[in-house]
Amino acid sequence: MVAALFTIACASLVLAGTIGSVAIPLADLPAALFDALRGQGTTLAATLLELRLTRALVAFVTGAALALAGVLMQALLRNPLADPYVLGISAGASVGALAALLFMWAAWIVDGAAFAGAAAISLLLYWLARRELRADGGATSLLLTGVILSSGCMALVTLMLSVAPEGRLRGMIFWMIGDLSGAPLRVLPWVVLGVTLLYAARNARALNVIAMHADGAASLGVQVGALRKGLYVCSGLLTASAVTTAGSIGFVGLIVPHACRFALGPDHRLLVPAATLAGGTFLVLADTLARTIAAPQQLPVGVVTALLGAPVFLFQLHQLRRP
Amino acid sequence: MISAHDLTLKAGSRLLLDKLNWQAEPGQSWCVIGRNGAGKTTLLRTLAGLCPPSAGQLVLHGRALDQWPLPALARQRAFMAQARNDAFGYRVIETVLAARHPYASTRYWEDDIDHRHCVAALQAMQVDELADRDIRTLSGGERQRVAIAAVLAQDTPLILLDEPANALDVGHQMSVMRLLARLCREQAKTVVMIGHDVNLAQHAASHVLLLKGDGRWTAGSVAEVLQAPLLSQYLGHPIEAIRHGSRHIFVPQEASP
Repeated sequence: MVAALFTIACASLVLAGTIGSVAIPLADLPAALFDALRGQGTTLAATLLELRLTRALVAFVTGAALALAGVLMQALLRNPLADPYVLGISAGASVGALAALLFMWAAWIVDGAAFAGAAAISLLLYWLARRELRADGGATSLLLTGVILSSGCMALVTLMLSVAPEGRLRGMIFWMIGDLSGAPLRVLPWVVLGVTLLYAARNARALNVIAMHADGAASLGVQVGALRKGLYVCSGLLTASAVTTAGSIGFVGLIVPHACRFALGPDHRLLVPAATLAGGTFLVLADTLARTIAAPQQLPVGVVTALLGAPVFLFQLHQLRRP
Repeated sequence: MISAHDLTLKAGSRLLLDKLNWQAEPGQSWCVIGRNGAGKTTLLRTLAGLCPPSAGQLVLHGRALDQWPLPALARQRAFMAQARNDAFGYRVIETVLAARHPYASTRYWEDDIDHRHCVAALQAMQVDELADRDIRTLSGGERQRVAIAAVLAQDTPLILLDEPANALDVGHQMSVMRLLARLCREQAKTVVMIGHDVNLAQHAASHVLLLKGDGRWTAGSVAEVLQAPLLSQYLGHPIEAIRHGSRHIFVPQEASP
């Protein structure tokens, strides 16, 4: 199953490489890839491929991070409706990024400010909910605190949007929706994804136990406090790295874990790798659609994920309701 | 097996249990009886090592309870909570397999031995035909039996159960109690359970611990403790003992007009 998903993920990258306003025939692909990898994009095909593959890889790591963050957040909160943004980490990033955009700082400062905003909210929430993360409490007050922090941040976002001059609004709104055009390919998101994936896979059994039993998991030998903290840190890092790269792309972190759970069941030993691969694939395909459907106009990928995500999610929900 | 030394429990500033000195031996089955809020669940959670006592000490197998590493402790005692809240649609067999976690925390998947234990536990609770069902679609009684099956699959010398008879029909109540009594008799397990039904307790328990909720407690064998005057005092309602064949049936007296 996981192998099949891996194959599909690779296929989606190939597809993203060939499709666009100028299509690259499949036969030219190996030569172009070879050129691109040597760093000498001499042919048009090689240049295009380099651009598209870079973007597809960014899409993949972002989608994978969001889906994995969704799985971990849902297990942490024991709530299948949680998503990576529910605790306000992305809202914190929005405040940082929009402030940077409002004052027209350089692009790298926007990214830095987004990350700083996400980190600040994560630390604040951790401090406020530290007792609950430690051990035996339920996750209600963590969730409530996160939601309140999130709405506080969103108020700041609305404030900035309402005072921003006309010319900068477009960039700010694109950031909010989530946009992959011009997103740089960095090493850090891959490192974050790799490390958290390893952590999640190592603790997949314990994840099942806390998803089933909440605090009773301790009676099965699970270090509940440490695991909760680990999950919080992992999903926070993943979310921060994803929103820093591409803005707050909605729905991936909610529907991909759901779709995987629907297809494979809630066992985290399958769910963790499957959702990671499926999330990456989903965002690569959504982004390919976003840049081709109205070509040469490029839509922000967040619009596509939301437009695809809402009906898929509703469909699933009502399928589940049926006995 | 497990012993309490001057164990004191408090809920906030309210004293629940004062200096409990008590021990449960292998083969004994204890039923904890008391009024609502008397501290039965708090005591059971403390025995499980899930919350620390206000004062005093618990010793399991000659070693202080709080000195046990969690995974090793999970191979010594199983704990079933009173209520369950199923957020995800795990299958019945998956929830029971999760109870094998303490034996296989380093392996990614469970092995054949784990599966055999789980199937046997499901059969013992007569829920083996539900193995592939979504846990959220079970009835209350079925869910309760699956939870007991998970405790059996954990296969520990000490079994702690918070109201195992909850939501079960009379037939299943009796078969669960018989099963617990047999585990104590044949495999020398130690059972500590909370119950409200004094008559049911006689079927499964060899010993009874009465909690008053203000610090007072009484412990002893069923014959010693299940006496109408003592029960009336601890349960806060006059109880009458009616002789039926070789045993007593305890009924609450009707309130005086």
